[in-house]
Amino acid sequence: MTKIFEVPLYAYKRSPDQDTDISVRRKVVVIGAGPIGLAMGIEMAQEGIEVVILDDNDKVSFGSRAICFAKRPLEILDRLGCGQPMVDKGVEWDVGKVFFDDREVYQFNLLPEVGHERPAFINLQQYYFEEYLVNRVRELEAAGAPIEIRGNNKVTAIGVHDDHVTLEIDTPEGPYNLEAEWVVPCDGAGSPARKMLGLDFAGRVFEDNFLIADVIMEADFPTERWFWFDPPFNRGQSALLHKQPDNVWRIDLQLGWDIDTEVEKKPENVIPRLKAMLGEDVKFELEWVSIYTFQCRRMEQFRYGRVLFAGDAAHQVSPFGARGANSGLQDTDNLGWKLKLVMEGKAPESLLDSYSIERIHGADENIMNSTRSTDFITPKSETSRILRDAVLDLSEQFEFARPLVNSGRLSVPCTYDGSPLNSSDALIGPARTRPGSACPDAPLGDEFLLPKLGGKFTLLTIDADAPESLEEDGIEVTRLALSVKDDKTGALKERYLGEADSAVYLIRPDQHVAARRPNYDENLMRAAIRRATGKE
Amino acid sequence: MSDLILTPNIDGADDFYAELLAAHEDLTKEKSDALNARLLLVLANHVGDRSILTAALKAAKAALK
Repeated sequence: MTKIFEVPLYAYKRSPDQDTDISVRRKVVVIGAGPIGLAMGIEMAQEGIEVVILDDNDKVSFGSRAICFAKRPLEILDRLGCGQPMVDKGVEWDVGKVFFDDREVYQFNLLPEVGHERPAFINLQQYYFEEYLVNRVRELEAAGAPIEIRGNNKVTAIGVHDDHVTLEIDTPEGPYNLEAEWVVPCDGAGSPARKMLGLDFAGRVFEDNFLIADVIMEADFPTERWFWFDPPFNRGQSALLHKQPDNVWRIDLQLGWDIDTEVEKKPENVIPRLKAMLGEDVKFELEWVSIYTFQCRRMEQFRYGRVLFAGDAAHQVSPFGARGANSGLQDTDNLGWKLKLVMEGKAPESLLDSYSIERIHGADENIMNSTRSTDFITPKSETSRILRDAVLDLSEQFEFARPLVNSGRLSVPCTYDGSPLNSSDALIGPARTRPGSACPDAPLGDEFLLPKLGGKFTLLTIDADAPESLEEDGIEVTRLALSVKDDKTGALKERYLGEADSAVYLIRPDQHVAARRPNYDENLMRAAIRRATGKE
Repeated sequence: MSDLILTPNIDGADDFYAELLAAHEDLTKEKSDALNARLLLVLANHVGDRSILTAALKAAKAALK
């Protein structure tokens, strides 16, 4: 059977842009058709903004790569019109088991909070993830949206000017030049775009190698996340077993630093390792094997004039905690509406600096969490190892030690505390919905809150009066009026009111809270809108 | 008299653990051991209650594999 990652999904096709004497100027050019580049393209096209996605090959990613997608990115994908196929195909899981040495020390249940439309996590191979995004691009294209993917279009030079960017692009039929008003490189941790611009990428290198194997097997392992510290089959190292769709199991084996990656990757060396882990009798087939090393680092700024970096190109984390692709989708979620307002002349260019500020805040949180996980999984000193092993031994008998066990803190959206777009908190309400927070979902009868917020500025009122809409300097805000009388589960009150009797929230197009108050005040709300769009 | 707490009781457990590791950073093994000894004596004094200290010693020994 041909795998989806072996089929060209966006084969090279000659563009009329290659046949002009003067470079054509496009509105937005995205470099890289990975998960983040495709999401950025959809963000733009859905808003009617012309976007061209360039990729240096013509296929979705090879092998499973990113496999764990968290609730917030799924909610973002809902806004992009392609959350449902991901959830339909993905594997949901709640239970995790932790093993130390030759024994299971404890198990946990994520016990996801009820009253959310989307699950806490799904596991889905990155190639499916990309395929569904490409399907969404095709759907938008068919509906006449200004989006195209150009396969086998490799950017070889970038020139940044005050009001545009020039690109030199290589294709199977030779090079051509293209101009763009804005460029968004989403070309991965090794970002050629970043290197072409000579921009730094500073941080910590971890001296470790991990073997990833995608294994197809009919096994009766439950749909759980199993993590081993120092198991007999991989002494002194760690291991992870996690289920993906189609009976594909993801296995990560830590190998240490001094290894020959080419030798370790050979099936004759991989298979005995897997047999030691899974049992001699388990029948399996190798789908994909790779060895990776990782680093935790980020760019100093994500904005470089008219070039806006997103995803791994801007920040790289260790894989523990599923914070790579998940945070990249939060980048484009943050960037999309801001770029649109700037391009439409409804917000100053400086609004884009807040993209850098807010997403650096997110990247630093992700880097901190994934670094801590790495330090727990791979203790750096003898004392670190003694403490780590003490935590694991204690966790078997004593519940208190379990929160200290760190095999990855799973991705949750960051709150943009201190963002220049936030107005000061004027509601004595729940901390989780303070200005800067991503709105938590809540059931509204048979429906849910987040789809009603959509992707525009919303004035969410709960038992408070307010006009049905208002406009402030080109920014339109529409009211969504709710009442605790309709809040059967109490989730709305718990998540948005707390002790307050009423609330008025200004919610940004990326569903983050910009301001909140107990009641509507026109002058203050207009000021909050100006602030949320970089005008104050 | 209260019982030894063996359920999670530290706010921001990850922050605490990171701080603990940071305190040991760049120390030799000998210095780290000395730091741990001092730390446990400081904490024991803070606890004070003799029966809790006895229970804590017992719990720690029980988790010694």
